[in-house]
Amino acid sequence: MKKVIDETGFNRTLTRLAHEILEKNKGAENLALIGIRTRGEFLAKRLREVIWTIENLELKIGILDITLYRDDLKEIHYQPLLKGTEIDFDINKKDVILIDDVLFTGRTVRAALDELVDLGRPSSIQLAVLIDRGHRELPIRADFVGKNLPTSLNEEVKVAMKEIDSEDSVYLKTLNIGGE
Amino acid sequence: MSLENRHLLGLEGVSKNDIQLILDTAETFREVLERPIKKVPTLQGKTIVNLFFESSTRTRISFELAERRLSADVVNFSADMSSLKKGETLKDTARNIEAMKIDMVVMRHGAPGAALFLSKVINSVIINAGDGSHEHPTQALLDLYSIREKYNHIEGLNVCIVGDISHSRVALSNIHGLKTMGANIAVCGPATLIPRELDRLGVKIFNRIDEAIEWANVLNVLRIQLERQDKSFFPSLGEYRKYFAVTKDKIQKINKNITIMHPGPINRDVELSADLADGEHSIILQQVLNGVAVRMAVLYLLGTRS
Repeated sequence: MKKVIDETGFNRTLTRLAHEILEKNKGAENLALIGIRTRGEFLAKRLREVIWTIENLELKIGILDITLYRDDLKEIHYQPLLKGTEIDFDINKKDVILIDDVLFTGRTVRAALDELVDLGRPSSIQLAVLIDRGHRELPIRADFVGKNLPTSLNEEVKVAMKEIDSEDSVYLKTLNIGGE
Repeated sequence: MSLENRHLLGLEGVSKNDIQLILDTAETFREVLERPIKKVPTLQGKTIVNLFFESSTRTRISFELAERRLSADVVNFSADMSSLKKGETLKDTARNIEAMKIDMVVMRHGAPGAALFLSKVINSVIINAGDGSHEHPTQALLDLYSIREKYNHIEGLNVCIVGDISHSRVALSNIHGLKTMGANIAVCGPATLIPRELDRLGVKIFNRIDEAIEWANVLNVLRIQLERQDKSFFPSLGEYRKYFAVTKDKIQKINKNITIMHPGPINRDVELSADLADGEHSIILQQVLNGVAVRMAVLYLLGTRS
């Protein structure tokens, strides 16, 4: 297991992402942050803090549980626990920043987009991810990327966050093919 | 997390964990029901047959809405348009429908045990929507959900079921579910409509409605089945009303904090006074709304179970 981002790097990356989001949107007035469960939620909360220190503006924040929109419910061997979507504001006409930890096949983002569209009609939806590891299976790209991390398919990217993992860092792990 | 059983035939023997999982899952669907688009694609491609051998309006509509809001394909089959009249057995009817490649069956039937029987003769997932006087598990689950929504817990609450207990599948499913969740359970009604074996299930029996009202946090008032009147389990409706009807003046005199539930349809001013049914103590319409969410939860958990 190799550490590819440590705590200092993690925080710098978040600060840069916040600046890029603000620069592209010319401020924060119309922004809303929506994180995809589980770590996207924590990243959204961190980004809100950073944006608050820069703009002195507290953004609205929402949490998206995409389970009901997954396209692989029939194939996975365990049943994911529903934790629910919590968005207690109107997303119509907002510029929504959709946040996730790792962008991989793009299928999670596809599910999230479908769910958001059912919830309303935002002015725009932009995607921010901490890590883009490649291997897309759908025509989806991120607007804001913390770090591009070229990987092979037998590797796993593990984002750790203090809220649940006791540290802020990113690891690259080689999986044992044919193992387990 | 998955349910232990692949069918929902009743609440007897269903574990606390499973009931909790269903109630927690239903909370997510309550949120879905508040959305502008009250539909999610989760059961796309699944075909569900609503097999109703007994007439039912609200349960069937509630199931159908739940199914459609999960994007399942829905087929309705009711007895009056069926081949039963032509002499086909339940087994043959079910096998024929299953031969058309379906995934789940929601069944209401007049015979106790019909759902269990069906689960043994076909491979689809079976949800019992009422089998005679035996069980009606989704009604009890939505009652549990509504109680939990109101009090944030179920354990330790005093819940009294009022009315015709002997013929009620709602009562039996509620007793099983409430017991598993740790509530204190009582029933109240004419002695002719209360099975004596109930005290073996740890259920308290009240013969006077005043005592029940004083004891209870929640009264679940059942419908007096007017169609059974010819069998004279009690002398007259007037007499039933006098001794067992739940009315506003009794509540105000004895227990102002009580919660009133009713599985519907209500006979207004027979078992429950109209002002109480529409009043501040009542969570009856909340039960109806929660019913859709709870049924979505059951359909989701059974329909995507691997």
